[in-house]
Amino acid sequence: MKKQSRREFIKVFTMSGTGLFLAAYTPMNGFFKPGDDPKIFSPSVYLKIDNNGIVTIIVHRSELGQGVRTSLPMLVAEELEVEWENIRVEQADGHPKYGNQTTGGSQSIRKSYEPFRVAGATAREMLIAAAAIKWGVDVKKCYAEKGYIVNKSNGKKLSYGELVDEASKLPVPENVLLKDPEDFQIIGKRIHRTDTPDKIYGKAKFGIDLVIPGMYYAAVQRCPAIGGSAKSFNDSKTKSINGVVDVVKISRGIAVIANSTWSSFKGKDALVVDWDLGPNANVNSEIIRKNLESKLNEEGSDIEIIGKPNSDFSNNINIEAVYEVPFLAHAPMEPMTCIAEVKNGKAELWAPSQNPQGLRSDVAKALGFNEDDVIVHVVFAGGAFGRKLVSEYGIEAAEISKASGKIIKLTWTREDDMKHGVFRPASMHKLKGAVDGNGNPVLFGHHVIAESISAQRFYRALPVKDSDLGEGTKKLSYKIPNIKISGSIVPTHVPVSWYRSVYHTQNPFAVESFLDEMAFAANKDPYEFRKKMLPDNSRLKAVLIKAAEKSGWYNKLEAGKGRGIACAECYESYIAQVAEVTVINNKVKVDKVTCVIDCGIVINPDSVEAQLEGAIGFALSYVLKSKITIENGGVAESNFDEYEILTLNEMPKVEIEIMKNTYKVGGVGETGIAALAPAVCNAIFAASGKRIRRLPVELS
Amino acid sequence: MPEYSLNVNGKIRKVNVEEDTPLLWVLRDTLGLTGTKYSCGEGICGSCTVHINGKAERSCVLTIKDVAGDKITTIEGLAENPDHPIFKTWIDLEVSQCGYCQPGQIMTLAALMNENPNITKKEVKENMNTVLCRCATYARIDKAIDKLVEEGK
Ligand code: FES
Ligand code: FES
Repeated sequence: MKKQSRREFIKVFTMSGTGLFLAAYTPMNGFFKPGDDPKIFSPSVYLKIDNNGIVTIIVHRSELGQGVRTSLPMLVAEELEVEWENIRVEQADGHPKYGNQTTGGSQSIRKSYEPFRVAGATAREMLIAAAAIKWGVDVKKCYAEKGYIVNKSNGKKLSYGELVDEASKLPVPENVLLKDPEDFQIIGKRIHRTDTPDKIYGKAKFGIDLVIPGMYYAAVQRCPAIGGSAKSFNDSKTKSINGVVDVVKISRGIAVIANSTWSSFKGKDALVVDWDLGPNANVNSEIIRKNLESKLNEEGSDIEIIGKPNSDFSNNINIEAVYEVPFLAHAPMEPMTCIAEVKNGKAELWAPSQNPQGLRSDVAKALGFNEDDVIVHVVFAGGAFGRKLVSEYGIEAAEISKASGKIIKLTWTREDDMKHGVFRPASMHKLKGAVDGNGNPVLFGHHVIAESISAQRFYRALPVKDSDLGEGTKKLSYKIPNIKISGSIVPTHVPVSWYRSVYHTQNPFAVESFLDEMAFAANKDPYEFRKKMLPDNSRLKAVLIKAAEKSGWYNKLEAGKGRGIACAECYESYIAQVAEVTVINNKVKVDKVTCVIDCGIVINPDSVEAQLEGAIGFALSYVLKSKITIENGGVAESNFDEYEILTLNEMPKVEIEIMKNTYKVGGVGETGIAALAPAVCNAIFAASGKRIRRLPVELS
Repeated sequence: MPEYSLNVNGKIRKVNVEEDTPLLWVLRDTLGLTGTKYSCGEGICGSCTVHINGKAERSCVLTIKDVAGDKITTIEGLAENPDHPIFKTWIDLEVSQCGYCQPGQIMTLAALMNENPNITKKEVKENMNTVLCRCATYARIDKAIDKLVEEGK
C-alpha cells in the first residue's frame, strides 16, 4: 500500500451531481447510459473503464514518433494502480473538451503530467469508494492494487470491472491524492512503445495509408511562385488520362481527382496552367538576404536590457561578428496528406495533424461552416517536426471534397512539400561582446534579424519585444553585467512556421558560438569561461559540468580533431552538449556527441534518449547539409537529392546522461536541438581554427 | 487497361492498371499493402523498399511491367513471421520513432543479410546509408545492425 501521508493533495474541480470536471475539461461522454454494453465508466475525458475491466486511455496529443501514446497512458496507469498490460490506447479527435491539443513546444508531457495523473487518481478513489459501499466498510479499509480494490481486513477483492456500475453513481471527490514520485512503479521505467510493433510490421495506418470506403485520390498543382494564382488552365490532356475523374479549381491551385494516387499525380503533371506569378516572381534568396543585411547597422528594437549596454566599453577587448542561417524545410518522410468528406454542410477529416483543433477551426472558416460541423480525426503522423501544425493541406482537401462532392484523399508529392510548404525563417545575427583585462565578460549584445513567425501568421504590427524573435537568446542564465538583446522583424513573402525548437535552431547557434569567440578573445577555455558566468545553483551549470566531465573535456585529441561545447535552456529543460569532430581536407565528420539533459521528472527514459538522439541527427542535417533557396519567388529545391538530410554513416556516436531529480517536468522533443549546432561549430573551430558563422557548414 | 498477374507475398494477385504504374502504387492503392511507404518517389530515400526475387528494390521506380512474374515480398510478407530477428531486435532496441521509414529500413536490411549471411557490419552500413530517416533513428539502427550481424555469425 502506498504511504498515504506522502501523497500530495490535488484539488479536483467538481460540478453538481455526478458530472465531473478535471481541471477545466468536461467529461467526454459522462457516465454510461443504461443499457450500454459494455458499460463504461468515464470519469474524465482521458479515461474509460468498462465492465470487463478494460482501461482505455484517450490520448489527446498526436503521435509523431515521440512516444506520446505510451508516455501519457503511463501517467494514468501509475495513479490508477492498473497493470500496464491491461491498458488500451485511443486517439482523441480534435475537440476543445480535451484542453490544448497542439503537439508542439515540447509540451505534451509538461502540460499533461498533472491532469493525466489526476484522471487516474480520481478514478481510483471512486472505485475505492464504490467497493467500500459494496462491502459496507470504511474507504480507509480499502486500497487499489493491480486492477482490483482490496479489502484490508479480509483480503477480499473486487475487480475494477465489477465496480464500474457502482462507481458511476458516485459524486466526484473534491480532492484526490497523487503519489509521491518515490513511490512510482511505472513513471520513470523504460516502457516499450505501444505503437512500435504495428508500425514495423507495416500494419499501422499513417495518414497517407488510410482508406475510407468510396474515396477518390487527389493531387494539386500550385503556382511555382509563392503568392501567385491561376489565370486559366487547360485540362484536356489530364482528362484523357485513364483513371482521372474530375478537375476542380481550389483557392491554392488546380486539383485532379482520380481513382488512384498515381493517376492523380499524372493528371496533375499533365495540367497546363497559365499562372499569374504574382508580386514575388522576382524575389530570390539574395534579395531576401540583402533585406536582412540592411538591418545590420541598425540597433533594432530592444527585447531585453540588463545593466548599461549602451555605455562606453572601449577600454575593453571588443569583438563583433555576424551569423546567418537559411530557410529550412521540415521534410517529414510522410508528405502532407488528408482525407476529407464534405457533405450537407458538414465536414469530416482524417489528418496526421499536430494541431487538430486549429485544423478544425481553419477548415470551418474556409468553408464557412460552424466549428461544430467539422470533425477532425487524428491519424499517426510519419514525422512532423512542426510541419503538420499548419492547416493548408487540410483546407485544400476540404475544398476539393466540397467542389467535387466526393470523399477524397489528398496526397502531396515530395516536390509539393518541398516547394509549397512552410519554412524555418532565414536570419542574421549581429553579435557584440566585450571582455575586461582579466578575461571577464562585461558586455553581450545580440541583434536578431529575421521574419517573425507570429507577426507573419497572426499580427503584422506585433512589436518586436512581444514577438518570438528573442526565443533562445533572452533570459540567458549567464551573469554578464551588461546585456542587450534586440530584434528587427524583416517581413518576407516566404511562409514561415514553427520548426522543431523554433528560434532555438538559430539563436543559440549565434549566442553559443559567439561566446566561444569571446572566450577565445579573453584567452580562456570555452568551458571554464561559461562555467564562471553561471551562478552556482543554476541547473544549466550542473549539466554543463556533467557534460564536460563525461566527454573528457581536457583529454588530448589527435591533430585534425576538436571538441566544442555549448549549452542552452529550452522549454523548461537544460541541456549541454560536447561535440567531437574530425576535419580533414575541409570535410567535417562529427564523431561523437555527449549530451546531458536536466528535464526534471522523467516519464520514460528510453523515449527521452530516443528524442535526444533524434534531435541531434535532425539538427546535424541543417548544420552540415540542408538549405532552402528561393528563386523566382519559389523554392528551388524539390526532393531529397537537392535538399539533403543526414544519413546513417554521418550519425555520430551519442552518449546521453539524464540528470536525476524531481524538478517539474520539462520539454524534451526539441531541447536536444538547441545546443547542437554551436557545439559542432565550436568543435570545428577547435579542430581547424575556422570559425563557422554561416550554416550549413562550408569549409574552404 | 492491361491485366497483370503479380506474385506478392506468395499469393497470385491479378490487377488491372496502366503499364507505367509504379509497383509502389499498385501495392498501396490496388492491393491495400500500405506498409510499403511513399516518400520521395524517385528512388532516393528507400522508404518504399520491397524484395524482388529476394533483392531489395525501390518500388517507386519499378513499373508493374518490370516486375510481372517476379517474386515480390513486402513488409507485410516479412511480418508473417513477427519473430524474425530483425523485428525482435527493432522492438528490443526500440529503434523506431515515427516509424514511417522503418519498413524500408527493415526490408533493406533483411535482403542484405539474407543474400549474404557472411556480410560484414561495414558492408551492411554502406548499403543502408541511402535509406533515409528524418527522425534520425540512425544511432539505434547502427546498434541493431551490429547486434544482428554479430548474432548472425
Ligand atoms: S519513395 Fe521510393 S525511394 Fe523514396
Ligand atoms: S522513424 Fe521517422 S522517418 Fe524514420
